Parts: sequence; C-alpha cells; structure tokens
Amino acid sequence: MQEKRSTWRETLFRNACLVAVVIPLGLLALLIGDVVADGIGRLNGQFLSSYPSRFASRAGILPGLVGSIMLVVLTASLAIPIGVGAALYLEEYAGQETVGDSLAARAARVWDRYFATVIEINVANLAGVPSVIYGLLGLQIFVRVVGMGRSLLAGGATLALLVLPVVIIASREAIRTVPRHLREAAYGLGATRWQVSRRIVLPSAAPGILTGAILAISRAIGETAPIIVIGALTYVTFVPNNLSSEFTALPIQIFNWVSRPQEEFAVNAAAGIIVLLVTVFSLNLIAVLLRNRLERRLR
Amino acid sequence: MSDTAQTPAPGTVVDLSRKPRLGETVIENSLRICALVSIFTTVGILYVLVSQTIQFFGEVPIRDFLFDTQWTPLFADAHFGIWPLVGGTLLVSLVAMCVALPLGILAAVYLSEFASTRARSILKPAIEILAGVPTVVYGYFALITVTPILQKFVPGLGGFNALAPGIVMGIMILPTIASVSEDALHAVPGKVREAAYGLGASKTSTILRVTLPSAFSGIAAAVILGFSRAIGETMIVVIAAGQQANLTIDPRESVMTMTTYIVQVSMGDTPTGTIEYRTIFAVGFALFVMTFLTNLVSQRLAKRFRGLE
Repeated sequence: MQEKRSTWRETLFRNACLVAVVIPLGLLALLIGDVVADGIGRLNGQFLSSYPSRFASRAGILPGLVGSIMLVVLTASLAIPIGVGAALYLEEYAGQETVGDSLAARAARVWDRYFATVIEINVANLAGVPSVIYGLLGLQIFVRVVGMGRSLLAGGATLALLVLPVVIIASREAIRTVPRHLREAAYGLGATRWQVSRRIVLPSAAPGILTGAILAISRAIGETAPIIVIGALTYVTFVPNNLSSEFTALPIQIFNWVSRPQEEFAVNAAAGIIVLLVTVFSLNLIAVLLRNRLERRLR
Repeated sequence: MSDTAQTPAPGTVVDLSRKPRLGETVIENSLRICALVSIFTTVGILYVLVSQTIQFFGEVPIRDFLFDTQWTPLFADAHFGIWPLVGGTLLVSLVAMCVALPLGILAAVYLSEFASTRARSILKPAIEILAGVPTVVYGYFALITVTPILQKFVPGLGGFNALAPGIVMGIMILPTIASVSEDALHAVPGKVREAAYGLGASKTSTILRVTLPSAFSGIAAAVILGFSRAIGETMIVVIAAGQQANLTIDPRESVMTMTTYIVQVSMGDTPTGTIEYRTIFAVGFALFVMTFLTNLVSQRLAKRFRGLE
C-alpha cells in the first residue's frame, strides 16, 4: 500500500516537471503558428520591396530591411575585432609570466593581471545592463557629444557596445579550449606571442569565436529599444545610402505597425515578424550546428 | 632538478627571444585598448546617467522624486514622483516571476534529473530558442494573441494591461532561470544523491529534500538574475502594457514601466537640455541601480555554488 502511494507521487512529480518543459514549448509553437497564420498571406515580393505607406496593403519593409542589414554589418565590423582583441589580450597577454623577467617586468605583469580581473568583472556586469540603457549612452555620447546625429553609424556603434560582452565571453571560452601544448610547441620553435596568437590560437579557436559572433549578430538584429532611444525613425520613405544617413530597422518598422490600432497593420507586423524570425532562427541554427561540430571535433 | 628556470611551473610560458620587438609592442597595446573599450563603456554609462541626473535634481527636488506619488512630467501640472513607474515595473516583473519561477525550476529539474541524454540534447536547445526570440515579437504576441485570450477568462481586463506582458515576459526569462538552475543542480555531487538513495529515499524525495536544497544558492542566483532581466525588459511592456503612469497593484490595469517611459519620451522629439530630456536619464539611472544591485546579489550567490564544484 505504502509502495503504491509513493509510485503515484513519483509519477505526479515527474509529470509536473515534464509539463514545465512542455508549456513554454507549447507557447512558442502558439506564437509561431499565430504569426504565420496572420502574416504569411501578406508576405510577397511587393511587401519586401516597398516603402511604408499610409495604406497597409501598399506598405512594405524595404527601408527597414536595408537599414537592418547595414546596421548589422556595421555592428559586426566594430564588435567582432574589438571583442576578439579584448579576449586575446585577456587570455594570451595579460599576466602571462615570462621566465627571466626583470623585477619591473614582473611588477608590470602583476598590474596586468589585476587589470584583467577588473575587466572580467566589468564585462560580466555590462552583460546585465538593460539594453535601453545602452540606448541612453548612445543618445548622449554618439548622437550628441560626438555629433554623429541620429545616423546609422551612431546606431551601429551603440549596438556594438551592447553585444561586445557576448563576443568577449564567447571568444575567451573558445581561446581557453585551445590546448596548452600547441602554444608551447610554437613558443619552443621561437615564435613570438603575436605569431602564436595569430597562427595557432586564433585558427584553433575560430569555430567557437564564430559561434559567439553569430549569436551576437542575431541579438543585434532583434534589438529594438536602444535604437529607438537613439532616435531611429519610424516612418522612412528612403533607403539609407551612407553611414551618416538617418535610418529605420526591421524591428522598429514592426513596432510601428503593432502600435497602430488598425488590424491591417497588425497583419503587416506579422509578415515583418516572419522575416525577422526566419533570419534570427537561421543564424541561431548555424551557431548551434557549428557548436555541435566543434564539440564532436574536441571529443 | 631544483632549477626553476629549466622546469617552469605549468601555465608559464618560456620566452627565449629576449629582444623586444616594436611590432609586438604595438600589437599588445592595440589589444589592450580593445580590452579597455569595455571599461570605457561602463565609465560612459555612469558618466551619462549621473551627470544628467545631477542636472535633473538641480531643477526637481530629490524629495519630490522619491515621495511624490504622481508621474506627469510632460503635463502642465508636472509631478516627478518615480513610484508609479517603479510600481508598474515591479508589478509586471512579479507577474513574470509567478510564471518563470515555478516553470523554470521544474524545467531545470526535468532536464537535469529525469530527461535521458538524448531528450535533453533536443529539449535544451528548444527551450533556449525562447531566449533568442526578439522582444518586439513577444510584444506582438502579448498584445495581439495573449490579451484577447485572457480577456475571455479575466473580467475587466483592458486592452493594455500588466497581466499579458507579464506572462509573456515570464516565458522570455524562463530559459535564463532554467539554464542557471540546471547548472546549479549539476554542481550537486552525485554522492549526495546516492547517500539519499542509500537511506531508502525515493527519487522525488531525494530531489525535493536533498538535491534542490543543496542547489539553493545557485537556484536563488538564477531567480534573481531572471528578475533583473524582467526589470530591464522594454519592448514587451512598451507594446502591451500601455503608456499611462499608474500606481496600482491590479494587474488587469494598464501600467507604465520605467523602460516604457524612456522609450515614450525618446520617440517624441525632445530637445536636449530640457527637463523632459533629463527625466529619461534620471529614470534610466534608477533602473540601472535596480538592475545592478540585483545582478550583484545574483553573482554573489552564484559564486557560492560554483565554490562547491
């Protein structure tokens, strides 16, 4: 009797845990199903190649699409070199002891190590700052003080700072998985630190760094709040053609349509969301596949 | 073998080329500057928020900010009490926690204690998809899908309310809570579970009485981290919670969060140097302090469970 009751309790608890996994996945399915049902009919060549309009049926996402692509290229070309550089510095340079160093050199290394710890804590904290605050930073520094105006460049720079912690953390992890003996073999052959970093560490860590970079890009594509704060436009009837041009982005166009009361605009928003989700999910899928391949290779 | 120069300790690098090269120095310093960018970012955020907030308090007494119960800075009769915004933020976040806390922890238990390796390798990435969905999409979902469904069950639920965005936000932060909690459960040594089994405890009793309590600090870190995400979340509430500063504890009503206010003012063309422009930095500073403190507590707790490993 005791046995039976406890089995019943076991099953109940196990199923409660299973339900906790199923509910969010079910809601994800509901979200995707709903968006596709609402928006798929609106998704056609005209929608992708038109400018916004007062008439929902004539409106399209061209400026948002071009704006988002330019924004992401800009963000990636700022955040990836800086992030990887920072990770290389923290893992390969800061505080690496060299036998036979003078006392002054050793003191400098101790200072470097302290500096690296400060940066490490700082990056962890930056990763927790709400994205809208990065918008305030970009608004005051890039838009006003530096005088970039409400331009693509200001947007790209703001998003680059936002995704920088993602790139740094992923790159550091990737660099750490490079086996010690590879470096030592290269040093043994007389390679300098930079030669080791560029020829040994970076190529071996490349898949991991790439995974982090793709996740950062996918995050930047979906970000809305910071670029609204720096002043991206919500109604744009031109395609941005240079870095100091004003711009809009796909998520902002979607936001603009969602906030209108007419139902036809909600349909446009759903169609825009399909484009956004396909892009973001494809990028995440590539990142996951890359990571799995990497894990297999390490095993 | 006592000569340390010949057998360096593991982790040290032997540098036999003793001449400092110019190129190497230039590269090292460029990389150092890359690392410094993150410090500049923090300094920049603090400078921007603090300097504008100080100017804000030059015009608005700090007493009004902390004790007035109305937030109407854009009206002729301007009031600058932060509480309606803080209240709105906390209300939506609490709804989100009611969803994310039980589901997140139970999902972590399932993935860590029940799921087969194969099931886990499919379910875990599937749940992580939820964290990758852009927040503007969640906003659409809360406003267009969830609110109409809830209106059938909840009498008096407005078109804009705190309930729907709160629930959707709970789903959004669930992967964060689940993944950090799962790490904490993994960190509980196997021998602790085996000792419980050895005493005749069932699997459920072992999880509830032994594994979960042992992982407590890690799970608490996960929950607080999730809460911090909820406080700082923007687009879901901008789209679905409304734009009316409202000091209420009724989740059926429309509320304005701190993040919503920042976005609302940014969308208008507010000139630099006006009091309206400064309010968004003062609100941003308050938001920054709230998320920073919660993150700090979370990191402290996380450090405690990492120490077990």
